[in-house]
Amino acid sequence: MFANFDFNVIERSWRYLFFDGMAFTLKLTLLAMLGGIVVGTLLAMCRLSSFKPLALVAGGYVNLVRSIPLVLVIFWFYFLVPYIGAWLIGANEPVHVGAFSSSLITFVMFEACYYCEIMRAGIQSVSRGQVSAGHALGLNYWQTMGHIVLPQAFRNMAPVLLTQTVVLFQDVSLVYVLSITDFVGAASKVAQRDGRLVEMYLFVALVYFVLCYALSSLVKRLEHRIAIIR
Amino acid sequence: MIQINNVSKWYGDFQVLADCSTSVKKGDVVVVCGPSGSGKSTLIKAINGLEPFQQGDIMVDGISVGDPKTNLSKLRSRVGMVFQNFELFPHMTVTQNLTIAQIKVLGRSEAEALEKGLKYLDRVGLISQKDKFPGQLSGGQQQRVAIARGLAMDPICMLFDEPTSALDPEMVGEVLDVMVKLAQEGMTMMCVTHEMGFARKVSNRVIFMDEGRIVEDCAKEDFFGNPDARSERAKNFLSKILAH
Repeated sequence: MFANFDFNVIERSWRYLFFDGMAFTLKLTLLAMLGGIVVGTLLAMCRLSSFKPLALVAGGYVNLVRSIPLVLVIFWFYFLVPYIGAWLIGANEPVHVGAFSSSLITFVMFEACYYCEIMRAGIQSVSRGQVSAGHALGLNYWQTMGHIVLPQAFRNMAPVLLTQTVVLFQDVSLVYVLSITDFVGAASKVAQRDGRLVEMYLFVALVYFVLCYALSSLVKRLEHRIAIIR
Repeated sequence: MIQINNVSKWYGDFQVLADCSTSVKKGDVVVVCGPSGSGKSTLIKAINGLEPFQQGDIMVDGISVGDPKTNLSKLRSRVGMVFQNFELFPHMTVTQNLTIAQIKVLGRSEAEALEKGLKYLDRVGLISQKDKFPGQLSGGQQQRVAIARGLAMDPICMLFDEPTSALDPEMVGEVLDVMVKLAQEGMTMMCVTHEMGFARKVSNRVIFMDEGRIVEDCAKEDFFGNPDARSERAKNFLSKILAH
């Protein structure tokens, strides 16, 4: 069955595939994960705030972005970010934002909504008594959040956060709509140039499988190490 | 030291505290008892502002708890609290539990906080457990660490919310011993408890609550020694629990 397939195409192009394509995918995934978790945690704290207007605005934003397909969000942000940037800094013309920066901002703001919901569950999973104990000792809201609630929330939700990161890793391939070359994009270019679609796409699938599986196994090991003995 | 004046609290339409008034002097050991749902825990949590209240006022060492301008954080650091479910921070070691509030709230140096924390840990007899995590300790040990955590802040008084209710009967003794010692050393204590033996031995006043009201507020000798002079409700309560 594989007689007519030429897998040498992979051997010839692996430098381009990995050092250009995969490097980009990993870079965007990592930055979007870190940015997304930070912004997501802040959004979760806003949603859970007793200051109603803040909770409503944060909730509205999260619900809106979670209702829209990612590919559409990528397009919108690509066209909107220059105008938003201009409005923010009071410039007359739209701010020039490159494709990478636009995609980074998009992914951070998009993933933040998903990480927000995860962290909200995490924060709510920490018992009220812990907050009471923190307050009873005289710790204020930020100290209680930072030292008592968030460390426990992160430990509780680490598996889910990493699972979301695996999804993010796969979603990064959508940057092809902005003509950015990630791993899938690079494989696609090679496939079309050399006429070896099946081999390349099989290879892409294999690489994704190996990486996602490895990350999922890491999640399991991490669960054991950080579990708080209860 | 603690002055509770006509405090009332509602959760929506449900009144959980109804016009409660009492005062606690320095050195008093007050036991608050009563049936479930009588508002005892709510009253004690209102003292350090953990439960806000709609009417009345509470003064702790001259500072009003209900006043929005009060620095609650500073007030709370001076009032120690021990919870029914211990509420130690499970992701920190025993030592870190003892030192975190001293460093973050009182601004003590790490060395100073460590010294104080370990001193009180030793007082409750658990110095050997200083590097363990709460999950590795028994209930009685956790509660004793929780008491040490409260004491490490050098509070002016200690509040206990059913400290032994979640413990195995065997461990109740070790925690009560610590509390008895504390009372004998002159700490002002207000304790919600069902342990009448403790109340008889160590307290000097008993407050009996029912349905959000303070029904009895008298000296221990009068509460236990003169049951006929007490209200119907209190007599009922006493007859049931003293039967054990």
